[in-house]
Amino acid sequence: MHSATALLVFLRWPLPADVAAHGHALDRHLLLNLNLALAFLALAHVLLFAGLMLRRRDASAQHKVMAEYVPLAGFALLFFLLAAHAQTLWANERFTGASPEALQIEVTGMQFAWYFRYPGQDAAFGETRPELVDAGEGNPLGIVPTDERGKDDFVSAQLVLPAGREVDLALRSLDVIHGFAIPEMRVKQNAVPGQTTHLHFTAEKPGEYALLCTQVCGLGHYRMSSTVRVLTPEAYAAWLSAREVHP
Amino acid sequence: MRALRLTHHRTVGFAYLGISLAAVAIGSFLSLIMRIHLAWPDRIFPGHGVLKPEEYLALVTMHGTIMLFFVMTVAPLSGFSNLILPAQIGATRMSYPRLNLFSCVLTAVAFLVACAAFFVPGGAPIGGWAAYPPLSASALAGPGQGLGMDLWLGSVALFSIASILSGVNTLTTITLRRCEGMSWNRLPLTVWAWLTASLLAALAFSVLLAALLMLLSDRHLGTAFFVPAGDLINGVIVSHKGSGSPLLWLHLFWFFGHPEVYIAILPGMGLTSMVLANFARRQIYGYRIMIATTLLIGLLGLTVWGHHMFVAGLNPFAGTVFSAASLAIALPSTAKVLSWIATSWRSRMQLTTAALFALGFVSLFIAGGLSGPILAQPILDEYLHNTFFVIAHFHMVMAMAATFGLFCAIYYWFPILFGTVLGEGLGKLHFWLTLLFSYSTFLPMHLTGIAGEPRHYAQLNGMPGPAAHLLATTMPLQRHISASAIGLAAVQLVFFVNVGLSLWRRRAISQNPWSATTLEWIPAGQALQCHQAPCQYSPDSTSFIPQWSTASENCPERE
Repeated sequence: MHSATALLVFLRWPLPADVAAHGHALDRHLLLNLNLALAFLALAHVLLFAGLMLRRRDASAQHKVMAEYVPLAGFALLFFLLAAHAQTLWANERFTGASPEALQIEVTGMQFAWYFRYPGQDAAFGETRPELVDAGEGNPLGIVPTDERGKDDFVSAQLVLPAGREVDLALRSLDVIHGFAIPEMRVKQNAVPGQTTHLHFTAEKPGEYALLCTQVCGLGHYRMSSTVRVLTPEAYAAWLSAREVHP
Repeated sequence: MRALRLTHHRTVGFAYLGISLAAVAIGSFLSLIMRIHLAWPDRIFPGHGVLKPEEYLALVTMHGTIMLFFVMTVAPLSGFSNLILPAQIGATRMSYPRLNLFSCVLTAVAFLVACAAFFVPGGAPIGGWAAYPPLSASALAGPGQGLGMDLWLGSVALFSIASILSGVNTLTTITLRRCEGMSWNRLPLTVWAWLTASLLAALAFSVLLAALLMLLSDRHLGTAFFVPAGDLINGVIVSHKGSGSPLLWLHLFWFFGHPEVYIAILPGMGLTSMVLANFARRQIYGYRIMIATTLLIGLLGLTVWGHHMFVAGLNPFAGTVFSAASLAIALPSTAKVLSWIATSWRSRMQLTTAALFALGFVSLFIAGGLSGPILAQPILDEYLHNTFFVIAHFHMVMAMAATFGLFCAIYYWFPILFGTVLGEGLGKLHFWLTLLFSYSTFLPMHLTGIAGEPRHYAQLNGMPGPAAHLLATTMPLQRHISASAIGLAAVQLVFFVNVGLSLWRRRAISQNPWSATTLEWIPAGQALQCHQAPCQYSPDSTSFIPQWSTASENCPERE
């Protein structure tokens, strides 16, 4: 696949630089697809124009096998190869959960903000209830105050991640469907009220990246963005210990 | 002379086209306001002020609703099937004329109800044409989600009933009212397309109607088909009996939604085949394959809805299955493109405006269709989902290719509709300008999508942090796209001038000006009988055998 890709990446598509581990293979496959589409677009138009310009020829001289079945078989094979490779990438990313060592963070969407909950030192999230949600009282997620597991949970307005470590996000929504997307990390997954959806990936490069809402969720949809801050492992450890509740 | 009875299929057909004309004017106007706002977000609209985010989203929702239902379903399927289909199969009327009129009136009412949503408190709904719950399930979720949403649901429900009834009428007409000799393998491909699209309409709109009733019931009767327990909207826990799933709506909606896009495009495909063959003076390349692929696209179209839901929260294994089904549908589509290219290959086609629009349909269908297999791969959709890449994809196919199909129909059948021809000079100018601005508007959207621009964003500036930086990269292209969209709308003036001038001059024409072979061009007084397969022309293209001809000359037999 690689040599073919190298041959076909002749165009700079305006794809933002990728900073997630699984994104490199995704980008190569995407660029291959885009370049193939562009090549077929050009080829089809050359055939259309040539067909209109050239001298008329008897229609019966056309060979059905060459004009219809051979190209069709070719396209079937091509679609199969593309799909098979895409399937491998999809399976690698989605068919298994995160590794047990992955960092656990809960992401909650609500009109029109994202909240990121870290489980604290007990590595467990406290129970939440919608009737306890009260952002003004400092409990935007409705963490049950009597739940021991929740006592050391803390909520951040930015998604702060260590570079090079896998993260396992549990996506939730309090109200309507939101779309969790970090374009530069090539991840996108809807947060659906009433269910928890997991998404795992590894950020590679420290920096600040955009988190966008990609499912229309109301009038503030366009500004339901946040910042993903990827830190070096040392900086992340320092950030964490500053935020964590130490008994 | 032709009867002007209200139940006459031509009267109904013209009424459908009238609805579409009003709808396309409003729908295009809404899109231009959106485009101006996106490119110049601080612009003050005279008499209104700056566009608010909820107003932008209402424009998005209503643009999609009006264009998809009242233009792209009504004009190609209901409009032209009434105007042309009976004549093409040698029928004197539709099977159920009164039901036909009823469907048309219902469609008009549905359109008025949809438009009324703009004028109620809160305005039109803001959740997009797919109306995902819980956003669409509660008035608390935002402006427009109260009475505006109810009107929207009512409008689409009425439209669904009208479409089911009209689909049944068309199916019955094709099955039972074909004239003597019009066997299934002599049907023009337009009829096969209308047949398949009507079948899809009857099935898909039934499911949509059920889903709409369930959502209305969630909104007003406290049921919980789509709303999970403990849903907290705008600080209020919405109480419903039980716990439902928003994903159920996505399944039901897209089970309708995907066939719907084939309903919009199939008639254009059928017409393109017929028109290319007619002006190439050749048989349709692979006529039987074309019938098979039409039916196959319809059939597979019912199995691919999950490709709208790769990142919606389904089991990832489901993504694999829907990906395979969606890529499978690319094959019959490819077969169609190959047939169109082969039909025009070295044909020295007579490049009338109708033929040009058919070729334009092929060009735009290829350009839009090629991004289909990309979006059908879940791993790539994970990046591209709900970006402008998707907007570009479906506008190239469903908006522009289907529009070229409609223009092809208008230029080709104008003599049948109005007894004269449209001017070829202005027609060609109209074609080239429309083609140029179509590409100029929708091709760059692929690029802004690849750069990360999500759909449904009321503005691309004004948000804090890295998001602003990411989206700011698309601004130069935004202005180009908006300017092109304005150009695309403006050059349609050429078309209307052409229609006006042609109707005023009323050039005398022969009864069959395109030397067409299908029955809608039969001379008056000739017996309504079919003796031939369509599209039979002599090899030197000097003569042709129409379907009503009793001649048994040595014309090339089909396949």
